[in-house]
Amino acid sequence: MRISVEEVFETVQMTMDQNFDIRTVTLGINLKDCMDRDGKAFNKRVHDRIVKMGRQLNKFSGELESKYGVPIINRRISITPASILLEPLPKTVPTVVKFAKTLDSAAGKAGIDFIGGFGGLIQKGMTASDKNLLRAIPKALSQTQRVCSFFNLGSTLAGLNMTAIERVGHVLKDLAGMSENGIGCAKLVVFANAPEDNPFMAGAHHGVGEPDFSLNIGISGPGVVRAVVAKNPDCDLTALSEVIKRTVFKITRAGELVGREMAELMGVDFGIVDVSLASTTAVGDSVAEIIEAMGVSQMGRPGSTAALALLIDAVKKGGAMASGNVGGLSGTFIPVSEDLGMIRAVQNGSLTLDKLEAMTSVCSVGLDMFAVPGDTPGDVLSAIIADELAIGMANNKTTGVRVIPVPGMKEGDIVHFGGLLGSAPIMGVPREASPDFIARKGRIPAPIKALRN
Amino acid sequence: MAKKAKAAKQPQICIVTVTGKDKVGIIARLSVAMAESNINIIDVNQKIMENYFVMTMACDMADATLEIKGINEKLARIAEEMELRITFQHENIFKAMHRV
Repeated sequence: MRISVEEVFETVQMTMDQNFDIRTVTLGINLKDCMDRDGKAFNKRVHDRIVKMGRQLNKFSGELESKYGVPIINRRISITPASILLEPLPKTVPTVVKFAKTLDSAAGKAGIDFIGGFGGLIQKGMTASDKNLLRAIPKALSQTQRVCSFFNLGSTLAGLNMTAIERVGHVLKDLAGMSENGIGCAKLVVFANAPEDNPFMAGAHHGVGEPDFSLNIGISGPGVVRAVVAKNPDCDLTALSEVIKRTVFKITRAGELVGREMAELMGVDFGIVDVSLASTTAVGDSVAEIIEAMGVSQMGRPGSTAALALLIDAVKKGGAMASGNVGGLSGTFIPVSEDLGMIRAVQNGSLTLDKLEAMTSVCSVGLDMFAVPGDTPGDVLSAIIADELAIGMANNKTTGVRVIPVPGMKEGDIVHFGGLLGSAPIMGVPREASPDFIARKGRIPAPIKALRN
Repeated sequence: MAKKAKAAKQPQICIVTVTGKDKVGIIARLSVAMAESNINIIDVNQKIMENYFVMTMACDMADATLEIKGINEKLARIAEEMELRITFQHENIFKAMHRV
């Protein structure tokens, strides 16, 4: 049956008016075979592979973008966790910085805006290489533009590595101090239960269980979902969930089509489609506005968590029906700085850090892109991270934290990051948290639900 | 051999979508553009939806003399001159989204 005018119009409206896009195509690249005791040889191999594959990724993305008329916004690369790759090399800060610069310049040459995976899996403990990498993060991220870092600091099976969490608080402070407006911290995410095939930055990495190459697609479309919610102001919530599900089904199918064709063109394995409603600073492309269109007076007020739970479930179900390869994080991101509705809610006082944390127990990621006063002590940052990751650990889900302590700014100020990262109001956090608790270090054991074999 | 492979080319169906204000000569302009690039028009439909004039034109570009990029540039010029919005997309995207 030929496609009807109505169906064509629906698709065209999604891309032209409602900001539907393929948010990212992320190529995961295995670099384990590049490892060497000789740093020079290692860096050269990595550089050559990234430039070659990155250029291909850009070329084919451009072709498919015009073939299907759906914008492919970002083309990115994720690599094997850097701490593994650096194992054979001297455990010094310059070794790490040199590697970061290699990745940065290779990505630049290939026209790739972000390259992820510059981190490690340290949920249970740290090797000498992990420790060295963590120590070098402030220098490595402040001296590069495109390199993104992640650390998995906890998991349901391993518990929380509090020794690492304690260190990360200080790393964030140092990193913020070395970059303008603390922007370096936007390139560092810490996780509990980090997925190995997440295509979204800054947390993307190419997991150790992945093949040589894997093409992962991140699709988005808060604007599309908001439009469909707004078109159905009177239906009950059961019906609303169904409407959202159907819409997400359609956009996931588009993502799957592009992903499969892209993987075929590149001759690599197709990984996953991650359907995550990820806001951008464009007007109407806001997750908070979906929640408000559902009938919540403002994001953050009572009702928000329930509405968000419904939204995420419908997104996941629509995605799961549309593709056999749904993965990554799939759900909804609620970053503060990248979402105009979230920013408004913080400024009006409806959305506080406490409520944001509560909402992350039902959303797919966590405390994302929120700015705090620059003089927030490191142990307070560690405590915020520990709380958020505990939610992930105890509930068997992914949670993450991307917090930016902005030097010289106070609660209520606005920091402008520019570009994709938007602007963020500085959120209030207590000056005193749990210094003695954090200073104990060690490991919070895995929850009882981990013992399920 | 090469010739044989060319003769067995699969149809490459693309859909041109025009939205905006209805006026004289839209189909004429598009038909000329398509003919110039050796693209065969196989179906045309139009409707008024949500106060938009919407026209879709299915065409086969298996033997087209222009790449998609070139066609897009041509259509962008027509869109600007006639104050319309024109998109050009491979049919597979609609099939993926609207057919299970």
